[in-house]
Amino acid sequence: MKVVGLIIALLAGSLLVYATADFPPLGDPNSPASVHVSPRYIEKTMEETDVPNIVTSVLADYRGYDTMFETTVIFCAGVACFLLLRVYRREEPQERLYRHVLTGVTIHVKAGKLPPSPDFERIDSAWTPHDLIIKTICRLLIPFIQLFALYVIAHGHHSPGGGFQGGVMLGASVIVLAMSQDLRTAVRRLREKADALMCATGVFIYAGTGALCLLLGSNFLDYSALAPVLHVDPIMARSHGIFMVEVGVGVAVMGVMIWIYNNVSSMGKYDEGL
Amino acid sequence: MMGEFMQAVIAKYNYWIYITLMMIGLYAMIAKNNLIKKIVGMNIFQTAIILFYVSIGVKKGGTLPIVEHGHGAHAHAVHAADYLNPLPHVLMLTAIVVSVATLGVALALGVKVYREYQTLEEDEILARIREK
Repeated sequence: MKVVGLIIALLAGSLLVYATADFPPLGDPNSPASVHVSPRYIEKTMEETDVPNIVTSVLADYRGYDTMFETTVIFCAGVACFLLLRVYRREEPQERLYRHVLTGVTIHVKAGKLPPSPDFERIDSAWTPHDLIIKTICRLLIPFIQLFALYVIAHGHHSPGGGFQGGVMLGASVIVLAMSQDLRTAVRRLREKADALMCATGVFIYAGTGALCLLLGSNFLDYSALAPVLHVDPIMARSHGIFMVEVGVGVAVMGVMIWIYNNVSSMGKYDEGL
Repeated sequence: MMGEFMQAVIAKYNYWIYITLMMIGLYAMIAKNNLIKKIVGMNIFQTAIILFYVSIGVKKGGTLPIVEHGHGAHAHAVHAADYLNPLPHVLMLTAIVVSVATLGVALALGVKVYREYQTLEEDEILARIREK
């Protein structure tokens, strides 16, 4: 199998090397990819959408359908992880571990669980010693990560950024919490149901913005139809429409990243994470 | 003759990088025995395609695809040659996030396989299936 694999890989590689002779060199301004559609986007983006970041305007306006279904793909991936892994059988773990907060003594509880009390805290079975530095630094950093993520989403019109990047950062901030504390702390902050609802809400905001344009008598995802509702001119309305869509993308991506992490790291039990 | 050849090779170095990465990924997907290594191979493959697309968008003398002095200076014309091609960036922006999501699904399938067969090695899984 190894030899066959090597032969196939080398064959595919040599075919591509052969085809490279017809490709334009790196940085050629007249390469076929750069002369057909993209000049139109670059030259008209300010006139038509009032968004200086061309990537954002192409992403959410010119290619709005593409991005809508990319968001749907991400949503489907989250649902697939959930359906594959989530187990609802109440299967009691073999033993639970609790640590006495003051003395640091670990006790093993064979069956059942301790009643909640401030003296004892539940710890994971694959537990590493009390990591004060990591916990404190993460607790300090998470608000700033989230603030920066919101900035990335909101400022996507003028600087590199947008819904996908900001959504991943928001998701990462909650995943950092789950990794530095434990999964139960993160799930207490953002319940599974809320998280699933968030994924669906994001896709709904995107598709709903498109449907709103349809209801206002224009094409699906043609944001200029929103102008009478937002009390701005049609070009500015497209800019605002892009922002609404980006918020939807951000919410969906954040929810899906957390959902996938929770399901994969706890093997669907939502009990002990990484 | 030799100089021309070397110039042609260097002018297209982005393609050599992506072809090498793609071959590594393809080989890992076919030849590796462990399912997680196959998934990593798939990710390397995706990265190669992302590099390919992004390198296609490069223009000599072009800057980031964000219009300078966007607001308040509507009069000046925007020239396409001054900005990188935004289209590959858009396509890859979504592809990166989708690749992370598909990685999640692939890992979920791996967890499921492990639960069923207590192994992630391909030959051992096949042996267990034949036993049944």
